[in-house]
Amino acid sequence: MTVLPLLMILAVLAAAGFVLGRQRALALAGGEPRTLHSLPAYYGWYTAIMAFVPAFIALIVWLLIQPFYVERAALPHLPTSVQQDDTARQLAMTDVRRIAAGLDAAAAQGKLTESQIAAMDAPTPELDAALKDVRVALVSSATAEGLAGAKAYRSSLATVSVVRTVVIGLIALGGLAWALKVIAPDFWARNRVEKVVLRLLMLASLIAILTTVGIIWSLLSESFNFFSQYPIGDFFFGLTWNPKFGGGSELGFIPLFWGTIYITIIALLVAVPLGLFAAIYLAEYASKRTRAWVKPMIEVIAGIPTVVYGLFALITVGPFLRDFFAAPMGFGNSAASVMTAGIVIGLLNIPFISSLSDDIINAVPQSLRDGAFGLGSTKSETIRQVVLPAALPGIAGAILMGASRAIGETMIVVMGAGAAAKLSLNPFEAMTTMTVKIVGQLTGDTDFNSPETLVAFALGMTLFVITLLLNVMAVWIVRKYREQYE
Amino acid sequence: MNDMRIADRTVDANGIRIKASGVQVHYGDSHAIKDVSVDIPDKAVTAFIGPSGCGKSTFLRTLNRMNDTIPICRVQGNILLDGENIYDKRVDPVQLRAKVGMVFQKPNPFPKSIYDNVAYGPRIHGLTRNKAELDGIVESSLRKAALWNEVKDRLHAPGTGLSGGQQQRLCIARAVATSPEVLLMDEPCSALDPIATAQVEELIDELRSNFSVVIVTHSMQQAARVSQKTAFFHLGNLVEFGETSQIFTNPKDPRTESYITGRIG
Repeated sequence: MTVLPLLMILAVLAAAGFVLGRQRALALAGGEPRTLHSLPAYYGWYTAIMAFVPAFIALIVWLLIQPFYVERAALPHLPTSVQQDDTARQLAMTDVRRIAAGLDAAAAQGKLTESQIAAMDAPTPELDAALKDVRVALVSSATAEGLAGAKAYRSSLATVSVVRTVVIGLIALGGLAWALKVIAPDFWARNRVEKVVLRLLMLASLIAILTTVGIIWSLLSESFNFFSQYPIGDFFFGLTWNPKFGGGSELGFIPLFWGTIYITIIALLVAVPLGLFAAIYLAEYASKRTRAWVKPMIEVIAGIPTVVYGLFALITVGPFLRDFFAAPMGFGNSAASVMTAGIVIGLLNIPFISSLSDDIINAVPQSLRDGAFGLGSTKSETIRQVVLPAALPGIAGAILMGASRAIGETMIVVMGAGAAAKLSLNPFEAMTTMTVKIVGQLTGDTDFNSPETLVAFALGMTLFVITLLLNVMAVWIVRKYREQYE
Repeated sequence: MNDMRIADRTVDANGIRIKASGVQVHYGDSHAIKDVSVDIPDKAVTAFIGPSGCGKSTFLRTLNRMNDTIPICRVQGNILLDGENIYDKRVDPVQLRAKVGMVFQKPNPFPKSIYDNVAYGPRIHGLTRNKAELDGIVESSLRKAALWNEVKDRLHAPGTGLSGGQQQRLCIARAVATSPEVLLMDEPCSALDPIATAQVEELIDELRSNFSVVIVTHSMQQAARVSQKTAFFHLGNLVEFGETSQIFTNPKDPRTESYITGRIG
């Protein structure tokens, strides 16, 4: 039996457990729910949890261990030389698994019968035809050893899955029976259930943390790999970015860093004033009716995919800036430029900054505004001298979030600023950013273990550290000023 | 500060600072203030008392046009400050509020230093020519608010770091710093503990020598302790207005008597 039906059995057992547990609790209470410690449903939930959770955890552990066990059954059929070499063994095992899957599929579709498979000792044309029919591709064509391994693999898997079904089912039934046994009117079912829910909440946050740790780990290990092939000083202080696929590349990080910073600064110069002014208008001046349609309109901007912005940068903003600013003023005639990407990313960031700032400004207590009005301030004085200072930490947080987004933006940069790494002060020059190069270096037909590819991880690591620092700074600013501005 | 002093206190014949006549206030469809006429004397404390929702705070806020910030609020009638109608089109409410200062129920110091809180009004109204003058105003205002000795060593610490009673006195100092003619106080002690309340009450009594003070209070003892004139509001009407001693010892209207003896409220 495969895993999915097994899970369904567990679900049915849990549902049955709920009904049985509830009934048992009510029966023990003599139909008088008030004499129970918890509401009857909690006894039901408790029984359901006891039926499902231990069995489910056992199933997960089982599935983690199972491949090692099953592969050990196939291993003796492989040549000794393969068994001893790690890489070769993994490749051979991949083939074994594919042949096994192909045999499964062929048997399921009636192309081969089980007896035909059992009779096969060496690869036959029928086997090759059947495998081709079910679209199984092999690293090399099937060998006798591979076939023998696959057959052993299949039979081992079949045995294991039967044993698995029995064991997991017994665990579930055992949990259910145990729960029914311990249920008593003074059994604290509610507290037990709540404890399980608490564990579930903890697990959810743990998974988020573990994911971050996993990301950092993969970035770090590949970055170390890169720095063992390329000098770290040349990466961080190199002024030229010139990857060559034959080797001898110059992978200097400074031009990409400069492009990233330059575009981010322009984006913030566009987004911060516009977003903040929009937020001030919406929060302080706009009537309810205006606000009701202006705010959603601004937020629509946030819903547009960035690639659409990229199109806008490519066909509208870029040529416009070239024809009306760059060319007449002698800044060159490139449609792709830092300015184009920066402006468009800035536009994209307006709703984030304005929406967050609007919420923050609205959170400033009305009593502060009243106090300022009561002293004879105009609305504008109140906003500038009382409301904005009070909202400042939150606004700073919003701006830093916008900066993080600008730094991480890829699509608009590719289409607006191009993919040429340059170190220049001219804002109408095509440049590029770290994120663009990460994509560029990873999506080529290159050897994964070459520094030209691995540099993507070093870039990713650096990018991660930069945005992390920005976020830490945002948290720090908010903490430092929050108490003062309460 | 005890109730025995009521009888001793007399109102100097200082004349009238604010003369309100026939004031009506509507919030949308609800009629919050019904034809209220009151004369607020100079250099004296006038208390507005009455049960919750009787309109005393609303009426207080008409005196410096704070109700203008509420779009659905309409005010009719005449309110004369020194003989000039404050609802006249030529009167800028912002200018008016500099002359009629306000202290609120909850202490609301700005998120600035103690010094900047007090200096806020003088700065926005351009009352000083140099830093020394501003320092002088800050010091004298804090002294008037009986806060100077407690904060003189930490003028640049945030105002929000003070205790509740100190914060309220800071707000009073802030209101005093613009040298208003009238000081409106909307339940200034309701968020304070008894000791801080006593300090603020003492302060109100001292402020009387410089300003005309109008205070809204829920506490009748407080009205009796600090005010010379008392107005009793009920359901949007001004029921009775007179000398505090007379209101509390010999009320003319049966509703006033019921309220001060605790039968309605």
